[in-house]
Amino acid sequence: MLDAVLLSRLQFVWLIAWHILMPAFTVGLASFIACLEGLRLATGNDVYARLSAFWTKIFAVSFGMGVVSGIAMPFQFGTNWSRFSDATADVISPLMAYEGLTAFFLESAFLGVLLFGRSRVPPSVHFFAAMMVALGTLFSSFWIIAVNSWMQTPAGYALVDGRFEPRDWSAVIFNPSFPYRLAHTVTGFYITTGFVVLGVGAWMLRKGTGGDAAKRMVSLTLWLLMGLVPLQIFLGDAHGLNTLAHQPTKLAAIEANWHREHRAPLTLFAIPDQQAEKNHFAVEVPLLGSLILTHDVNGEVPGLTDVPPHDRPPVVIPFFAFRIMVGLGVIMLAIVATGTLLRRGGRLYTNPLFLRACQWAAPIGFAAVLAGWTTTEVGRQPWTVYGLLRTADSVSPSLTGVDVAISLAAYMVAYLIMFPAGLALMARIAKRGIAAAQEEDPIEAGRPKSPIATLPGEHVP
Amino acid sequence: MSLAAFDLVAIWTVILGLAVFLYVLLDGFDLGVGILFGLAPDTPSRNVIMDSIAPIWDGNETWLVMGSIGLLTAFPLAFAIIIPAVYFPILLMLIALVFRGVAFEFRYRDAERRGFWDYGFHWGSIVATFAQGVVLGAFIQGFEVDGRHFVGGSFDCFTPFSLLTGLSLVFGYALLGAGWLVLKTEGEVQAGARRQGRLALLGVLAGIGAVSLWTPLMNAEIARRWFDWPNIALLSPVPIVSGLIALFTWRAFQGRHDAAPFAGGVALFLMSYLGIAISLFPMIVPGHYTLWQAAASPDTQLFLLVGTLVLLPVILLYTAWSYWVFRGKVTADMGYH
Repeated sequence: MLDAVLLSRLQFVWLIAWHILMPAFTVGLASFIACLEGLRLATGNDVYARLSAFWTKIFAVSFGMGVVSGIAMPFQFGTNWSRFSDATADVISPLMAYEGLTAFFLESAFLGVLLFGRSRVPPSVHFFAAMMVALGTLFSSFWIIAVNSWMQTPAGYALVDGRFEPRDWSAVIFNPSFPYRLAHTVTGFYITTGFVVLGVGAWMLRKGTGGDAAKRMVSLTLWLLMGLVPLQIFLGDAHGLNTLAHQPTKLAAIEANWHREHRAPLTLFAIPDQQAEKNHFAVEVPLLGSLILTHDVNGEVPGLTDVPPHDRPPVVIPFFAFRIMVGLGVIMLAIVATGTLLRRGGRLYTNPLFLRACQWAAPIGFAAVLAGWTTTEVGRQPWTVYGLLRTADSVSPSLTGVDVAISLAAYMVAYLIMFPAGLALMARIAKRGIAAAQEEDPIEAGRPKSPIATLPGEHVP
Repeated sequence: MSLAAFDLVAIWTVILGLAVFLYVLLDGFDLGVGILFGLAPDTPSRNVIMDSIAPIWDGNETWLVMGSIGLLTAFPLAFAIIIPAVYFPILLMLIALVFRGVAFEFRYRDAERRGFWDYGFHWGSIVATFAQGVVLGAFIQGFEVDGRHFVGGSFDCFTPFSLLTGLSLVFGYALLGAGWLVLKTEGEVQAGARRQGRLALLGVLAGIGAVSLWTPLMNAEIARRWFDWPNIALLSPVPIVSGLIALFTWRAFQGRHDAAPFAGGVALFLMSYLGIAISLFPMIVPGHYTLWQAAASPDTQLFLLVGTLVLLPVILLYTAWSYWVFRGKVTADMGYH
């Protein structure tokens, strides 16, 4: 028996998980390219021009995939979640409309100039275009995270006949979890891009290609990550306190904490059992739970049994997703700390073990972003609007399980063709290196003169 | 119903109507270029055809997102009923747009599989267009509604009529695409576009004719609207002007002027759009809900209106500027020089 609700949820997971990998990368990369273009204008140093041309190529591929996977998202609200749309549209749809008005047009109009306009506009205008694209990605993050945060911690509304009506727009937008989620997410996006750039730079240094530009990449991003990774840990903690205040059941699920208690332990590992309302094989540190979650060893931590069973999320998923995210954060911190020590010893560009670690850590941010979003979204269940609208009551009533099974299968096939292909193309651009990115630049950044021109280093069959 | 609310709905009807029309024009010509892309004889011409829209396609497609979110914001009930009813056409459109959209970058970077991405670009454009036409046909025919929900089946939208509108739109967008190519290219590619434009025009006229006859036969209300006295006299300019525009467009494709065919295509779309609006106004869920019944709360409409009035002119300005940056002809050996 195919269940339209479960399949619609799986379909949303499939679409959003692939999609978020793109903004997670392009938000930071757009800012990075804008910085490179700015540095190039300010210093006249050719190394920035080379780096910008190289990363712009990779950006073009990832941004294109972000656009096409992004277009599918708003339609999901209509096709599969029409009751959610009907109930919430008056409050949250203008926020999505503002995302379009402030971000999408800005990104798309100036992206054309950024990719194809290098020889058609003055350098300062080209830099301006890069800045507008970067600004667009940040505006986009602002609005869509406002929407998501409102679903988590709704505010500024009145509930009339099962439909939400706006009462106070600033309360809707700046709802209780929004500032924390926005800061935590955008920082996560920047870190994700940082580790990709660091990893590619380290790989080039190991291969002995890229020269000065590769060193510049490693050095720049390591400075950046040195600030951002500790900041992110701090922001994550603040976000956790916010969740405790507004979504206690989600927090209980993250910690697999079944009973409300003072002086709670921290569970490092366990197999949570939803039916029996307890953990198997638990490894606990006494008192640490209360200390971390409430900043007080005597602090009270909520329990899952505070609410009836049908109001609880599936504990296993947020519990493990959260631990994966934190574990990845610890690894990031270790890499950044090691890099900082090596920088002091002047061995940053030569230590083979460190460079290899950076290379392997290139995708670490993506994994952390996915784990983090899994934690917060599955932790919100069984609600689409926390405590007010159930996921089961949000789905389109006309859909059958078969309908959704067909669409999910189609999306799976399409994305399994597109995303791996795009990833392979980005890897290929990286492999050709920084020099090739400029050599194939007779016309514009972003496009070779003849699409089938063979490029240096390319094997011709 | 206060006066203010009435005004807001009217304003949003105009804004959304314009946004949807802009989408149809802009993405219409670049989907049309994609449809014609598959008919190009060789790789150099294909490159030119693709280059003619590469810097602007993303902005054009943004109007699709804006149109759907605009409908959700201004008329949420219509969105919640119509979109589930056209579940599969939307699915087809989105998947087609995936392959079409990534082809822009992928075909340049993936020489071994360029044929595959070319194919994806061509068929993606056709399928996305066809799916939009099916949505249009289903919309004109109306949906099975109970209260605030669509209660029909997910395959109800595929009818002979909606397949006809789907096919007509493929010819329609191909017409706009041919007009664009005549404007942006020279030589062989341009000559090909002039030929294809005339064929597309014949298809469009057949489609418009069939839809115009079929719609009043299907729906007595629409028939009365067009054929009762005095409406028949008042509305008679619509088909007459459309006929004159069609004649002008045919001549334009045969002639020497580079911008006239595109202008003719745009004018023909405008007349068809007007015709549909006349048939359906003031319904937004035909047969069930008017624009006023499906409208969002005045608070919602006002909140978005304030920003729209500020931002939309700015958007139109910088979008026009980006078109200006890439003005002129695209040629095979020069790209964007």
